[in-house]
Amino acid sequence: MIRFSQVTKRYPNGHEALKQVSLFIDRQEMVFLIGHSGAGKSTLLKLITRVERSTRGQLIVNERNLTRLPRRQVPYLRREIGVVFQDHKLLNDRTVFDNVALPLVVAGVGHRDTSRRVRAALDKVGLLGKERLFPITLSGGEQQRVGIARAVVNRPPILLADEPTGNLDAELSDEIMDLFGQFNQYGVTVLVATHDRRHIARLGKRVMELSDGSLIQGAEEG
Amino acid sequence: MTAYLTRHLQVLLASIGQMARNPGATVMTAAAIGVTLALPTLLYLITDNLERASAGFDKGAPVTLFLRKDLDKAGAQALARRLAQRPEVTASRFIDADAALAEFKQRSGLAAALDMLEGNPLPHSVVLDLSADEHTDFASRMLEELEADPDVSLAQSDLQWMRRLRAIVSLAQRGALLLAILLAVAVVVIISNTIRLAIVNRRDEIVIIKLIGGTDAFVRRPFLYSGFLQGLVGAVVAWVLIAGCLYLLGGPVDELSRLYGTEFRLVGLPLRDALLVLLCGGLLGWVASRWAVGRHLSRIEPR
Ligand SMILES: Nc1ncnc2c1ncn2[C@@H]1O[C@H](COP(=O)(O)OP(=O)(O)OP(=O)(O)O)[C@@H](O)[C@H]1O
Ligand SMILES: [Mg+2]
Repeated sequence: MIRFSQVTKRYPNGHEALKQVSLFIDRQEMVFLIGHSGAGKSTLLKLITRVERSTRGQLIVNERNLTRLPRRQVPYLRREIGVVFQDHKLLNDRTVFDNVALPLVVAGVGHRDTSRRVRAALDKVGLLGKERLFPITLSGGEQQRVGIARAVVNRPPILLADEPTGNLDAELSDEIMDLFGQFNQYGVTVLVATHDRRHIARLGKRVMELSDGSLIQGAEEG
Repeated sequence: MTAYLTRHLQVLLASIGQMARNPGATVMTAAAIGVTLALPTLLYLITDNLERASAGFDKGAPVTLFLRKDLDKAGAQALARRLAQRPEVTASRFIDADAALAEFKQRSGLAAALDMLEGNPLPHSVVLDLSADEHTDFASRMLEELEADPDVSLAQSDLQWMRRLRAIVSLAQRGALLLAILLAVAVVVIISNTIRLAIVNRRDEIVIIKLIGGTDAFVRRPFLYSGFLQGLVGAVVAWVLIAGCLYLLGGPVDELSRLYGTEFRLVGLPLRDALLVLLCGGLLGWVASRWAVGRHLSRIEPR
């Protein structure tokens, strides 16, 4: 599903955030990405969604070769990847419903389908009944769940999360992490970057570790 | 196809909603665009009306020939008959010097003063009507030719005056066109600036839409619609301003043309031209937003 071959990312200031990283994540797998602060976790996720471009090496995501992906194809790549951000990235002047509906609106899904799928997504994250509220009025955990509903609403085959529990207490972050586990059981390929080794022990999934831009553990399954 | 249309309709309605939610800004922009569009249109209308008015005077402006002072009455009448033979001349009237003096005395009220003059200072004269369908160039050539006649001391017509007016009108028309071009640029600048501000204000939203797979076209669409609508609303304002101006000018113009004994009436903006103004407004708005979007939207990328 996701394959990095000798991928290097050098930022314009010359800093090498990723050094010759090779990894493989199979269809329907769930993988944790760990590493110290500044190890390159966010950079790795940004390469997958083409927010950043690799400097060298080859990157294949859901059968698309990102090194040769033309600019106008980028939106279609992103529709195949649901992303959950640490800071939620919700639109505060839109209701919960409109926020979750956005990926469907962007993809041109019809009105009735949109309504049905938004409700289904909100139901999964336990927020049904809050669709008329504005994100500001929700707690941090609830906002994060709105973000998750938006990430999964168009049923992408891949789900990425960059420290999705960073700002939450233990109980809430367990809930969120369990949600990712559930989506993985439905067949979604999940990659979660986190500091919190507690989840890893709890869920017992494969772990990849980055250190100073190099992958030092878990490049492949087994 | 219907899905495509619905999507566009949604964006259009959303843009209208956005304008309705910011009535202050919307009114300001619309007023600025309205005035900017109304100015050249009004100038065009005025020159157009002047041109039509002058075209009316133009036809058959008579030529008055003041004859040599020492030409006697018989000679003058012979000349009048000779000129009447010419195909370009439709009518020729001989005006006796004494009759002219008598009429002048009566009309000017200077009878007492004129009585003190010895003899008649006026020459005999001939008034020619030229055929109406002749071109003005031809008429002015006629004028020169008549002036060259040894029996004629002065040939005069309203023609020269008309030609000067015509030149002024065509200058004003050219001016209106230049002004229209300049102000069209102004409209584009005004609208592209409001669009630029809208883009800056919605930066976060644009980033999020791009992150979740919105195409450039999707991101661009609401701004294009909003620019188009601003131009259109501005054009409607311009149309109202023009109608108001014409209403205010209509009375005095009627009065003036009544005093001059002409049938002239102010012609307003025909429907076709009014629609053209609306189209121009919308088009300029679209061009402006296209420009703003091209310059500012591509710089907003997720980081
Ligand atoms: N846009 C950028 N320009 C230059 N350097 C950058 C940029 N983004 C990140 N870096 C650098 O690249 C390295 C990796 O950054 P990255 O954000 O991927 O780390 P991270 O593992 O996500 O860290 P954290 O756990 O703190 O979020 C860091 O040293 C960072 O300073
Ligand atoms: Mg990070």
